[in-house]
Amino acid sequence: MSKITPEIVAQHGLTADEYKLVLDIMGREPNLTELGIFSVMWSEHCSYKSSKKWLKTLPTKAPWVICGPGENAGVIDIGENLAAIFKMESHNHPSFIEPYQGAATGVGGILRDVFTMGARPVANLNALRFGSPDHAKTRHLVSGVVSGIGGYGNCVGVPTVGGEVNFHSSYNGNILVNAMTVGVAQQDKIFYSAAAGIGNPVVYVGSKTGRDGIHGATMASAEFNADSEEKRPTVQVGDPFTEKLLIEACMELMATDAIVAIQDMGAAGLTSSSFEMASKGGMGVELELDKVPMRETGMTPYELMLSESQERMLMVLVPGKEDMARAIFEKWELDFAVIGTLTDTGRMVLKWHGEVVGDLPIDPLAAASPEYDRPWVPTPKAPEVQPSDVTELAWNEALARLIASPDLASRRWIWEQYDHMVMGDTVGRPGGDASVVRLHKSNRGLAVTTDCTPRYVKADPVEGGKQAVAETWRNITAVGGRPLAITDNMNFGNPEKPEIMGQFVGSCQGIGEACIALDYPVVSGNVSLYNETAGQAILPTPAIGGVGLVDDLDKTASIPFKAEGQVLVLFGQGDRQGWLGQSLYLREIAGREEGAPPPVDLALERKVGDFVRGVITAGDTDTVHDLADGGLLVAVAEMAMSSGIGAALTVDFGGPLHAALFGEDQARYVVAVDAAKADAVLAQAAAAGVPALKIGVTGGNTLSVNGGVAVPVKALRDANEAWLPEYMSHGG
Amino acid sequence: MKAAVIVFPGSNCDRDLAVALEKSSGKAPIMLWHRETEVPQDLDLIAVPGGFSYGDYLRSGAMAAHSPVMREVKRMAEKGVRVLGVCNGFQILTEAGLLPGALMRNRDLKFICRDVHLKVENTDTAFTGPYTKGQVVRFPVAHHDGNFFADDELLKRIEGNGQVAFRYAAADGTVSDATNINGSRNNIAGIVNEKGTVLGMMPHPERLIEPKLGGADGKPMFDALVEALS
Repeated sequence: MSKITPEIVAQHGLTADEYKLVLDIMGREPNLTELGIFSVMWSEHCSYKSSKKWLKTLPTKAPWVICGPGENAGVIDIGENLAAIFKMESHNHPSFIEPYQGAATGVGGILRDVFTMGARPVANLNALRFGSPDHAKTRHLVSGVVSGIGGYGNCVGVPTVGGEVNFHSSYNGNILVNAMTVGVAQQDKIFYSAAAGIGNPVVYVGSKTGRDGIHGATMASAEFNADSEEKRPTVQVGDPFTEKLLIEACMELMATDAIVAIQDMGAAGLTSSSFEMASKGGMGVELELDKVPMRETGMTPYELMLSESQERMLMVLVPGKEDMARAIFEKWELDFAVIGTLTDTGRMVLKWHGEVVGDLPIDPLAAASPEYDRPWVPTPKAPEVQPSDVTELAWNEALARLIASPDLASRRWIWEQYDHMVMGDTVGRPGGDASVVRLHKSNRGLAVTTDCTPRYVKADPVEGGKQAVAETWRNITAVGGRPLAITDNMNFGNPEKPEIMGQFVGSCQGIGEACIALDYPVVSGNVSLYNETAGQAILPTPAIGGVGLVDDLDKTASIPFKAEGQVLVLFGQGDRQGWLGQSLYLREIAGREEGAPPPVDLALERKVGDFVRGVITAGDTDTVHDLADGGLLVAVAEMAMSSGIGAALTVDFGGPLHAALFGEDQARYVVAVDAAKADAVLAQAAAAGVPALKIGVTGGNTLSVNGGVAVPVKALRDANEAWLPEYMSHGG
Repeated sequence: MKAAVIVFPGSNCDRDLAVALEKSSGKAPIMLWHRETEVPQDLDLIAVPGGFSYGDYLRSGAMAAHSPVMREVKRMAEKGVRVLGVCNGFQILTEAGLLPGALMRNRDLKFICRDVHLKVENTDTAFTGPYTKGQVVRFPVAHHDGNFFADDELLKRIEGNGQVAFRYAAADGTVSDATNINGSRNNIAGIVNEKGTVLGMMPHPERLIEPKLGGADGKPMFDALVEALS
């Protein structure tokens, strides 16, 4: 057996101090297989060693939370004995190296996290960040990632209903692919991963194990450099057909009482699944690695323990149920192998044709992995940008440019490549504030969305963190949903740099404050650090996935105008004149990416949102859009473009017009109400202390502001729809 | 009406079709596993659903066409039992020889999921009876391989026999290259066999069966099948 040199230790991504800890725990020098296991278990990706301290501060409880962070996914009570189970997870590094497979396996992995808990997946979403459109690789990456997500999601038959896309040069060398799955389970049929029962069989199901993805988790825990593309062999290969069979086979087995515990094999494959199950249950495990179904000949215990081959699950079964379970998996033409048993030793014993090839204590590796309190510095506050210091362009020219800019152009080209209707319950399709998926055979639905405004987070991590949470809350509210809980996908640079760690700490603080103020806890999440290439960090991107409940699908709202002659009411403006710092107007029109981002007043956010939801559920409106990137005029333009109906606006907030039209103040919604109902709704708002302003009337086929120029809605729509398809059809 | 929905490994619209059939008939259809070698002899309708049977890893529908249950489906179809194939189901029916032509990769090589307008051509079948000739309906498509191909001679025969059920069209019924979403010959979206008892179509009538889902143009097809076959 090879001797472990400092070079081998370094190749496994362990520091000298961490290796010293390995020696202490083992009481001897580990062999290569054992070292490999330490390496992946203690990788940033699996151990959360830099982030744990701060993640613990996030609010995770509410009366409707059934299971918070720590399991495969978070679980919330959605009534009528149903639970929503969901999580978002990153697949950034693999997607940069091999966009199709990287993105596809990202979708596959998050699906497994959800159905391993007993939930049938009902919706997929994705939050994507690409480099600047003029960067040489961007088009290729967009194309590969979108086809990878579609290729996997379309085949497994789970609708991809929503998401978000940003372009920014900070992602040139490190794109972000964050995939989210939402599933629905019976509350009395939720499955957890804690192993139990000495002597119970440990069972492997799904695909065979190959050599793909070895050290994927370690790769995801290091910075990128120029030769990272040589790591292509560490990217896994997805097989959505097998995943579909695995979903159906697991659902069939879960309907019986055969499963004690179940866990998917994700990052670090058999290693992390077996250690986590054993550690959570306080058990020991003996694995016979030669029984693992293998795709290739000549595989070693080291490779079997570290492979990240996809579409595999590990289960502990009730003794005696093996034959019944085997029959189900054979029906679905999947591998099924009893590969071990649970013991009371608290140790992981690995055997290869009867010979012990590894023997490690479980808890010190899993529960007691290293934890760091990384030094951090707070992000210095940026100065406020005064609207009077910002170039004022005629509103119609500014609007035309903004709606055709990369961050605001229509995403139709993307979501039309995703099957967003399969399963027959998509009530709110992509392109809305939140997408709405009906709970099967009911008149209730889940409202789902993902959001983050990375430029705000960069300028002020605390406010940016708050904003990301508040925007998901607002998007769910805008369709008439009650926001219930979030999953967070924390994408940051190298945590060993104090300013990056400061971004992480600030974001956690902001997210936490928003969760508390909005009664909207974190129930699952994922951290992706070291998103840097050649020392250039990404914009800090804590992507938030929000889930809410629509109690009555006959009382919902959507973006398109429904009728002419309706009154447009802006809720949430108050005395503010329009915040241009970090706005898209400032970036796209004035060419400046600077200033403090709009502050988030969480009390106002809640008051305004609760009021608007009440207007929807009272049946007084079915047309609502929240205000976000691009501000008021972009929101109204989107309502017009999606319907073909125009609007005449009258806007005066007492300050410069460009700040009123394009400022990105938070906590705001535009609502269209019948003229006959407008006064009553305004009176209710006044009584509730909710700022409300009449800002115009729907009608015609043009958009105008304070009289004067009228822009044809069709021209706006053509420009908005054209950018992405045209961009994607060039070059390549 | 006694209906069955075939389930292949990788089918993913089997439930959607079952829901649509049950909504119209009040009775859940039988779900038939691909390995079945015997099927109930009193079936009135067999539905072959969309999805990715066997992963579509060889050629869309090619492996499913040779599965055990398809021998029975062919036998029943020859007896005149109605067969409906949607999306992957259409691909399977062409591969099985129950319908002429072939479905190739979309012209722009991308998966397409969106609502499309269809012009109804042939209304002399149990499937299309409730529509009027020339009527425009809106169904969603969701496919990668929906580009219908037939050589000139076959195309002439299909057209001559009135076997074209649906064509990709504009909202006003215009049929042109601009409305041809995937490159299909003569904008063909769905065809029937010569007897009009087997329908294959790429668009999904089962996805728009109630206003809440964005439309209900698919509902009359299922209602009519129930009425004709009960």
